[in-house]
Amino acid sequence: MQGKKRLKKTEKTTLKKVLRLVARYRAWIVLSCVFAVCTVLASLYVPVLVGRVIDLIFGAGQVDFEGLTRVLLAIGIVVAVSAVFQWFMSAVNNRITFQVVRDMRKAAFHKLEILPLKYIDSHPHGDIINRVISDVDQFADGLLMGFTQLFSGIVTIAATLVFMLAVNWHIALVVVFLTPLSLFVARFIAKKTYGLFMEQAETRGEQSAMINETVANLKVVQAFSHEAQSMKRFDEINDRLEVCSRRAAFFSSLPNPTTRFVNSVIYAAVCFVGAFTAIAMPGTLSVGQLTALLSYVIQYTKPFNEISSVITELQNALACAARIFELIEEQPQPEDAADAATLGDIKGNVRLEHVAFSYVPERKLITDLSLTVKPGQRIAIVGPTGCGKTTVINLLMRFYDVDGGRILVEGTDIRDAMRRDVRGAYGMVLQETWLKTGTVRDNITLGKPGATQEEVILAAKASHAHSFIMRLPKGYDTPVSDEGGSLSQGQKQLLCIARVMLCLPPMLILDEATSSIDTRTELKIQSAFSRLMQGRTSFIVAHRLSTIREADVILVMRDGSIIEQGNHDELLRQNGFYAKLYNSQFAV
Amino acid sequence: MKKLLVHMRGYWRESILGPLFKLLEAVFELFVPLVVAAVIDRGIRGGDRRYVLLMCLVLVALGVVGLLSSVTAQYFAAKAAAGFAKKVKSILFGHVQSLSFSEIDTLGTSTIITRLTNDMNQIQNGVNLFLRLVMRSPFVVFGAMVMAFTIDARAAVIFVVVIPILSVVVFSVMLTCIPLYKKIQGRLDKVLGLIKENLSGVRVIRAFRMEANETGEFDRRNEALTRMQKRAGRFSALMNPATFIVINIAIICLIRSGALRVDAGALSQGQVVALYNLMSQILVELIKMATLIITMTKAVACGNRVQDVLELRSSQIWPDVSPEEAIGDLAVEFRGVSLRYQNAGGNALSGIDFAAKKGQTIGVIGGTGSGKSSLVHMIPRFYDAYGGEVLVNGVNVKDYPQKELRAKVGIVPQKAVLFGGTLRENMRWGDPNATDEEIYEALTTAQAKEVADAKGGLDFVIGQGGKNLSGGQRQRFTIARALVKKPEILILDDSSSALDFATDAALRRAVKAMGGRTTVFVVSQRASSVQYADRIIVLDDGEIAGIGTAEELLQTCEVYKEIHESQFKKEGAASDAGQKKAEKN
Repeated sequence: MQGKKRLKKTEKTTLKKVLRLVARYRAWIVLSCVFAVCTVLASLYVPVLVGRVIDLIFGAGQVDFEGLTRVLLAIGIVVAVSAVFQWFMSAVNNRITFQVVRDMRKAAFHKLEILPLKYIDSHPHGDIINRVISDVDQFADGLLMGFTQLFSGIVTIAATLVFMLAVNWHIALVVVFLTPLSLFVARFIAKKTYGLFMEQAETRGEQSAMINETVANLKVVQAFSHEAQSMKRFDEINDRLEVCSRRAAFFSSLPNPTTRFVNSVIYAAVCFVGAFTAIAMPGTLSVGQLTALLSYVIQYTKPFNEISSVITELQNALACAARIFELIEEQPQPEDAADAATLGDIKGNVRLEHVAFSYVPERKLITDLSLTVKPGQRIAIVGPTGCGKTTVINLLMRFYDVDGGRILVEGTDIRDAMRRDVRGAYGMVLQETWLKTGTVRDNITLGKPGATQEEVILAAKASHAHSFIMRLPKGYDTPVSDEGGSLSQGQKQLLCIARVMLCLPPMLILDEATSSIDTRTELKIQSAFSRLMQGRTSFIVAHRLSTIREADVILVMRDGSIIEQGNHDELLRQNGFYAKLYNSQFAV
Repeated sequence: MKKLLVHMRGYWRESILGPLFKLLEAVFELFVPLVVAAVIDRGIRGGDRRYVLLMCLVLVALGVVGLLSSVTAQYFAAKAAAGFAKKVKSILFGHVQSLSFSEIDTLGTSTIITRLTNDMNQIQNGVNLFLRLVMRSPFVVFGAMVMAFTIDARAAVIFVVVIPILSVVVFSVMLTCIPLYKKIQGRLDKVLGLIKENLSGVRVIRAFRMEANETGEFDRRNEALTRMQKRAGRFSALMNPATFIVINIAIICLIRSGALRVDAGALSQGQVVALYNLMSQILVELIKMATLIITMTKAVACGNRVQDVLELRSSQIWPDVSPEEAIGDLAVEFRGVSLRYQNAGGNALSGIDFAAKKGQTIGVIGGTGSGKSSLVHMIPRFYDAYGGEVLVNGVNVKDYPQKELRAKVGIVPQKAVLFGGTLRENMRWGDPNATDEEIYEALTTAQAKEVADAKGGLDFVIGQGGKNLSGGQRQRFTIARALVKKPEILILDDSSSALDFATDAALRRAVKAMGGRTTVFVVSQRASSVQYADRIIVLDDGEIAGIGTAEELLQTCEVYKEIHESQFKKEGAASDAGQKKAEKN
């Protein structure tokens, strides 16, 4: 097709990838094509038959009833065949499309599970979700439309052309030369309206953003009596939107009537040429044939009119596909080496040797961090907000790999070990609690799926979660989820602790909450934490002084790097940043 | 939806002329088969070339007139729809802004946003399509039938039978598909939910090595979605073949009975062709009509949702006249105040009695859900008292005009929110006429000057929602914004939670140094943040558990003691030392 020549390079490569995906279903595609040809041919044969019938009813007393019944029966059969094949074709097309799309979603999600955290941390989640959901959906629409309309459109054009040429080639030529006219008109208008659509989309986006911002923070707006200014800004955007959306709606509705007009001109032309032929050369063109030709004109021009919208839709689908492939082809985290060591019995020896790390090469974070942790020791990580305390967690858990130096667990470089072993060695409770959608029990047994009810209750009791769980409407079977829900922040944290309590890994990573937990729950969390920590090597992102004071080693972080290291008394003696931080809590 | 249509006022002309012109187009279209019939019967049969030429020109003329009326109709429709949407949106936005906090809480901001954006777009599309098709499609369908009657009454009977059958087929396919599509949406939501969860919980999932379980779950949900999609696809694919069969059976009957009539001399060949052409026109329009009805039901549903919001009355009434303020030194007074949120079973606050003098610093402390924020929110009258009264400067807050009361109170909300625009614009939310100097003064007090300087000064452009700032930076700016207002009453609602201890301390010092008559309310979970307030209100489960200075409360108030000890446990020595140091300061 014309438009395809204009496909850009990226579109071409995307198209190739799409075809490779679709190729898996090539048997179905062949079937779809066969059905399409059958459907189109059968449905195009109907007007010919109707034309033949018309010729059989010439005038009063000149009706061939015997022939009539025969042809009408033929029409019935052809119609039935066409309809059945059409249904088959659609069903097959649906099947292909939805399976291709399913494969894409699957590939995308499977990739998501093995992507490095770096990717997930640095890409907006909304954008990733959009790719797997909306883009895939749009792609499906385009693909389906492509299958059903593009192919059968081409078959229709070809077949009608052949039929028309067979019936009367003069008229066929008239149609062939005039039809592209409607295509040009439609293209011309589409080009002109594209800008208007972009303008409308942009203004609409601007308005949505403004609405989002204002309504989501309506309380602030009211607290600062900012309503009048907001209204003014809204009306300003709203006025602009009215103008461009009126124009976009109007101009975008033009192709339909104009192509309809072009078609009616063609119709008139065919009628004219046909009638003159019938008069000038009687016998060459019957009334029935003219009727058939006229209905072909409509059949022939229809795919032409649709083709421009199909092509835009396909281009759009390709753009979406490109975005999905981008995700699918993203570099995954390196696989565990084939000879990766198993960590075996972990006592709690961790050593960091000259570790260097940064998220972006331009901004050095940790340059040279060395630390030896013996079994059972507590390491507190302290520092002001946003200083990169979680970076240490990221490295220990091997969410990110170090740039330089190495981290050893029981003498094995964690990069030489299986990821699952490294992560399994730690029990992790983050400040930002995360609950899986499911029941309370599902959440506690996350780390030990086969746990018995007794084990679950024991773990919940040990982490002071049992009593509030029992007060929930369905106890351990109460559904919970990360969003909203009836659990308080503190209760969520207790559940997360119970989760770790159940599988009790040899080492711990704990992230203390800064605020938003009430004192009593906090006391419970503290007591659960200390029970967890008994005899275990623990890394704690600490905010409370009691935790910090009891730590064997305190890592003091500032702006992403570790600036001081030692225990409480040593650090106070140094009278450096830690001392300043420590004293500030009590100074006014 | 009905009440919304009032706002079509001003567009009556467009909304009548639009469909009318569309009707005109349809009329001209219906003439086409008749003209073709004439060409066949008089032109070809009679060998009249002039007549054929004339009739073909008529066909072109019909096309031109049809084009013109259609374009005119579409212009009117687009104008009316866009104008209507603009008007309703503006009214809705204004109305939403006037709602009180109670209504905002009940509705939820996300629904309000959907109604202002998505629903409004649907309504606009609906109105546009309605004006374009409301007359056309039924007219073409029934017009074709009427035209058939003018040709031959007996043949037309077939039309009368076919139209309802076709309608039943079209609508039953559509109606079966709608619930299927809803199911698809439900399954899609499940897939979406899992993806969301896997992104937000990526660390926990990987820490617990749940990747295989999650992919297994995803594959299951994905498969369920695909199954449903295929099923719906099979159903909706029935539409075209089914209608094709019905219309062709009708054509067979039409020709069969037509043939008998022609044989009897009651009908001409050309007229049979005309009947056949008319029948073909019906199908397209019927499908259009079905889509129109579906779009319209959606639009009406959206319209009702919008109307629901518009009918919501604000539960607060504000007077227009400023009250006479009492002369005295009380800035804020609560007299037996209780608060009950809408749709809540119990009171959020009850029996609150206290008074704050001008210039005092009042600390408010308590656990989560103890009612700290609720208490301070009653001062700028975000919520009305359920019982008792709240007084500012000796006057019930209900007697102040909205603007006047809100101008007195500067609040730094728990969630640090900034708006798209420059830093200066954001700071001027507090006072539209604030000079750069005044802004810098506020920034300095809020410990935010350093951040502002690092970002390049007041012209720094803050992204929507303040996304290009860290939590701590946003919080400092929101504090500065409230300070620009130079309020009589300043409320810091847990505003230092994202600040480290050092910055928090510096802020407290600076606010205190501001001095003057500003009454400051500090809400916090940290005992250290309220420790040096003139008075501390300790809340427990919506009731006052104690009021006094830190030392008094340590002696008398169990709840305060517990909070204090949980945060300063085993810190006795250091804490004492710190306090001595503070006293020196």
